[in-house]
Amino acid sequence: MEHGAVTADFLGLTFNLSNVLMITVSSVIVFLIAVLATRTLSMRPGGMQNFLEWVVDFVKGIINSTMDWHTGGRFLALGLTLIMYIFVANMLGLPFAVVVDHNLWWKSPTADPTITLTLAVMVVALSHYYGVRMKGVKEYGAEFFKPMKFLFPLKIIEEFANTLTLGLRLYGNIFAGEMLLGLLVGLTKMGIFAGALGIFPLIVWQGFSVFVGAIQAFIFTMLTMVYLAHKVSHDH
Amino acid sequence: MQNLILGAAAGGGLNTGDILYQLAAFLILLVLLRKFAWGPLMGIMKERQSHINSEIDAAEKSRQEAKSYLESQVAELKKAKEEAKSIIDNAKKQGEAQGEAIIKASRDEAERVKEAALAEIASEKEKAVATLRQEVAALSVKIASKVIAKELDESSQEKLINEYLQEVGESR
Repeated sequence: MEHGAVTADFLGLTFNLSNVLMITVSSVIVFLIAVLATRTLSMRPGGMQNFLEWVVDFVKGIINSTMDWHTGGRFLALGLTLIMYIFVANMLGLPFAVVVDHNLWWKSPTADPTITLTLAVMVVALSHYYGVRMKGVKEYGAEFFKPMKFLFPLKIIEEFANTLTLGLRLYGNIFAGEMLLGLLVGLTKMGIFAGALGIFPLIVWQGFSVFVGAIQAFIFTMLTMVYLAHKVSHDH
Repeated sequence: MQNLILGAAAGGGLNTGDILYQLAAFLILLVLLRKFAWGPLMGIMKERQSHINSEIDAAEKSRQEAKSYLESQVAELKKAKEEAKSIIDNAKKQGEAQGEAIIKASRDEAERVKEAALAEIASEKEKAVATLRQEVAALSVKIASKVIAKELDESSQEKLINEYLQEVGESR
C-alpha cells in the first residue's frame, strides 16, 4: 500500500505534483459549484441557489454559536470557503484513487498533513491577526496572562497545540479513511471469494467516509470560528 | 515505514512548495468566491430580507388602513340607521296628524249634517204651524158664523173669542 509521489523542484521549493493537481482540482470544483449556483440569482431561490443559501445559513449558525454577528459577520466568506473547500477535498479521494507507476496521483488533498497543517496554520495566524487588529496590541497581549499570570506558558503551548490538533485531526481522519479504502480495494482484488467478502465493508466504509468527510469539514470550520472568537471577542 | 513520519507521506523532505501552493490557492479561491459567489449571494439574501421586511410593513399598513376603513364604514352605517329611524318617526307623526285631521273633518261633516237636519226639522215645524194657522182661520170663520148665528152681547162675545183662542193655543 506504499505509494510514492512525484516531486518537482522549482525556485528552490519542493512541489508534490499530486498535491498541486488535487488542490487545483478541489479549488476549481468549489469555484464552479459556487459560481454556477449563483449565476441566476432570484428573490425566489430554487435548486442550487437554495442549496448554497442553506450552506450560508449553516455557516452563519456556526459563527453565531461562537460569537456575536457584529464581530463574526466578516468571517462568513472565510467560513464558507473553508467548509466547501475541505468538504470537496475530502470527497475527492472517495470514489477512486489513481496510481501511476506506484505514484499516487488522485487522492484527497486533505489526506496530506502538509496541506491540512497549512490550512490550520493559516487559520491560527488569521486569528492572531484579527486579535491584534480588533482589540489592539495591548489587549491582545494581555489575553495571554489571563486568568492567571503563571498560565502564560500554557497559553503559548495552547496556540501550538491548537494548530497541530486542528491540522492533524483532519489529516488523520481523511488519510485513515483512504488507507482503509485502499486496503479494502486490495482485498477485492485478491480473488472472487475475497472480493465478495470485501465489497460489503467497502461500500459501508465509503458511506461512512462521506459522513466523516462532512463532519470533518464542519469541525474544521467550527474550530476555526472558535479560535477566531477566542481572539477577537472581549468577553473572555 | 516512511509514511508514518509526519509530513513525509509525500516521500521525504518538507514540501515547502505544497505549503505555498495550498496557501495561494486557498486565498485566491477565497477572493474569487467572495467576489463572484458570496457577494452576489449575500446581496440577494439581504435584498430578500429587506423585501420581506417592507412587505410586512406594507401588510401592517394596509391592515391599519382596512381597520380605519371598517371603523368609518361602521360609523356611516350607524348614521344611516339613525337617519332611517328619524324618517320613519317623521312619517309616523305625519300619518298620525293626517289621521287626526281626517277624523276632525268627518266630525265637522257630521256636525254639519246634524245642523242641516235640525234646520230641516225647524222648517217642517214652521210649515206645520202655518197649516195649523190656516185651519184655525177656517175654524174662526166657522166660529164666527156660529157666533153670528147666535145673538150675543159684546162681553159674552169677547169671552167666547178668548175661550176659542185659548182652545186653539192649547191645541197648538
